[in-house]
Amino acid sequence: MEMLSILRADGEYDPKLEPDLSDEDLVKMYRHLILVRKFNERGMALQRQGRIGFFIDSTGQEACQIGAAYALNSNDWVYPTYRDVGVCFLRGVPMKVIFDQLYANAQDYMKGRQLGVHWGYKEKNIVTIGSPIATQLVHAVGTAYAVKYKNHRVVTLTFFGDGATSQGEFHTALNFAGVFKLPIVFFCENNQYAISLPVRRQTASENIAMKAWSYGFEGTQVDGNDILAVYKAAKDTIDKARSGGGPTLIEGVTYRMGGHSTADDPSKYRNQSEVEMWKKRDPILRFRLYLMKKGLLSEQEDRKMQQEMENEVNETAKEAEKVAPPALSTMFSDVYEEMPWHLKEELDDLMKEGT
Amino acid sequence: MAQLNLVQTVNQTLREEMRRNPDVVILGEDVGRNGGVFRATEGLMDEFGQERVIDTPLAEDAIVGAAIGMALYGLHPVAEIQFLDFIYPAFNQIVSELAKMRYRSGGQFPTHVVIRSPYGGGVKGGHYHSQSTEAYFIHTPGLYVVTPSTPYDAKGLLLTSMRMHDPVLFLEPKRIYRTLKEEVPEEDYTVPLGKARLVRAGSDITLVSWGAMVHTCKAAVDLAQNEGISVELIDLRSLLPFDLEAILTSVKKTGRLVVAHEATRIGGFGGEIAAQASERVIDYLKAPIMRVAGFDTPFPYALENIYLPPPERILNTIRKVAHY
Repeated sequence: MEMLSILRADGEYDPKLEPDLSDEDLVKMYRHLILVRKFNERGMALQRQGRIGFFIDSTGQEACQIGAAYALNSNDWVYPTYRDVGVCFLRGVPMKVIFDQLYANAQDYMKGRQLGVHWGYKEKNIVTIGSPIATQLVHAVGTAYAVKYKNHRVVTLTFFGDGATSQGEFHTALNFAGVFKLPIVFFCENNQYAISLPVRRQTASENIAMKAWSYGFEGTQVDGNDILAVYKAAKDTIDKARSGGGPTLIEGVTYRMGGHSTADDPSKYRNQSEVEMWKKRDPILRFRLYLMKKGLLSEQEDRKMQQEMENEVNETAKEAEKVAPPALSTMFSDVYEEMPWHLKEELDDLMKEGT
Repeated sequence: MAQLNLVQTVNQTLREEMRRNPDVVILGEDVGRNGGVFRATEGLMDEFGQERVIDTPLAEDAIVGAAIGMALYGLHPVAEIQFLDFIYPAFNQIVSELAKMRYRSGGQFPTHVVIRSPYGGGVKGGHYHSQSTEAYFIHTPGLYVVTPSTPYDAKGLLLTSMRMHDPVLFLEPKRIYRTLKEEVPEEDYTVPLGKARLVRAGSDITLVSWGAMVHTCKAAVDLAQNEGISVELIDLRSLLPFDLEAILTSVKKTGRLVVAHEATRIGGFGGEIAAQASERVIDYLKAPIMRVAGFDTPFPYALENIYLPPPERILNTIRKVAHY
């Protein structure tokens, strides 16, 4: 299987393979790559300073998130992972909403009920994120089934990592999608690690994309640090799904530059030399060279954009930090649509405890 | 009005609701062409088509997981898990996803899914076709757990469950699928969750049960009556939420409480009922609260009729409590 690559690490590219994107699109993509990088820097710092409890860094994987989600329509559905904040930004989730969740404050859409980085935003069809690995794949399949049942032209895109391919739900989801020929794209961000374990401990298969063949549909491997290749693969397969061509598995080959989370120390299980090698393949670096070569970005514009993104991230974080924690009563709402007697009683007891 | 047994009632109720609501879909193993291994979905594929009555690949986690994704997109899926004993590959999907999605998303993503599953012993099914493990699910915030013991209640509770905006585990006591028939009204009616049914009025002892065991309890109540002990029998019908008020009202009158279930005793739901009652009406109690339950062994095959509490075992406990 040949890996789709358009834009190489040195900024050279194959003009024959360039996807159909306007200059405006390309600059917008770049802005979002920068935004995700700046957001990650800020998120890590906030956690290290003890201002938020937990953070998950997705540095290195920006091209997978932005490239794939860029190929979606606004009415499409996404089931992301906790490492896909770029998908939220790109689809228009306000940054304040993202930070409110990290601070688990009174304005948090999740009402302070979830560990940081577990976003969800109904308005933009971004389904709430869980921690257990691969559970969302079967949900995505159900949504794709419902779409087909209702005869809508909507595609479901779900993200997951290389570790997820070891779970039962990877198998049952892809199997289900293949049997019913559903309008869905499975995007595996193969970032080489599931916490401490390298991908070779997840599978003896030559690659992940080829696993699709056993479910009766196409698998395709792309350079996950090449946003043009990611976009092209996603666009082609999303279009295919939309026109009734069934599911596809995309494997984006990328690298998790940081630890698994703020609770992880990657120096225990991987060499710095490996990290240095991947630094040279950075998805943002090469896209910047590409845009400059095409005359779409100058050094000065780049610096200005980086500063703007950094300011926006920092200002929004400060705003979210000012918001009070959620009210006690939010612990009891939304367990069910209506509160059953036993929860009413427990809430009542808690309120009395406070007086 | 038609005379229907419990499984016919389930079938008829699904059919009626599917005619009313085009968003209702059924999915599970063998539910389509075969009509379900207990025939609960018989004829539905012929009427509603294979896109709506979906024979899925053999994977419980995908059945429940897909039902979640369907619900998020606006369908009202009714998933069948062939036997409750086979539900565990979907356990994570049920307890961590289905039951938690509304809460964890701040109310953005409710999951109105009904999972129907036959459960309980007495059908010579062995360990993998007999267990009553409702307590695992009652222990799950975000999930409702329901079990009818009559055809009438099966319809009313199933319609309520299918119209909820929350997930419901609808447990069908398969031992009594075909053992009793009664008149089931053809019109639309619902039985609310959290309301118990008074099966027999009595004055000496309150006996609480659910599912197929309600009928064993009725036999025990008759035996007790012969000995001059008047037992009030309550069928909980819905286990979460459960009708504590009905239990307490009865216990205040009788001063004695026995809970009977097929499930194993330790960690069984009978313990919760006993604790709730002792916390609230201890001053009314004239005897210890006692439980009659399945033994704390795996479910046996050859000896299942010994394992399942027979009326005589319930009677023995009634006697102990009555003569304490």
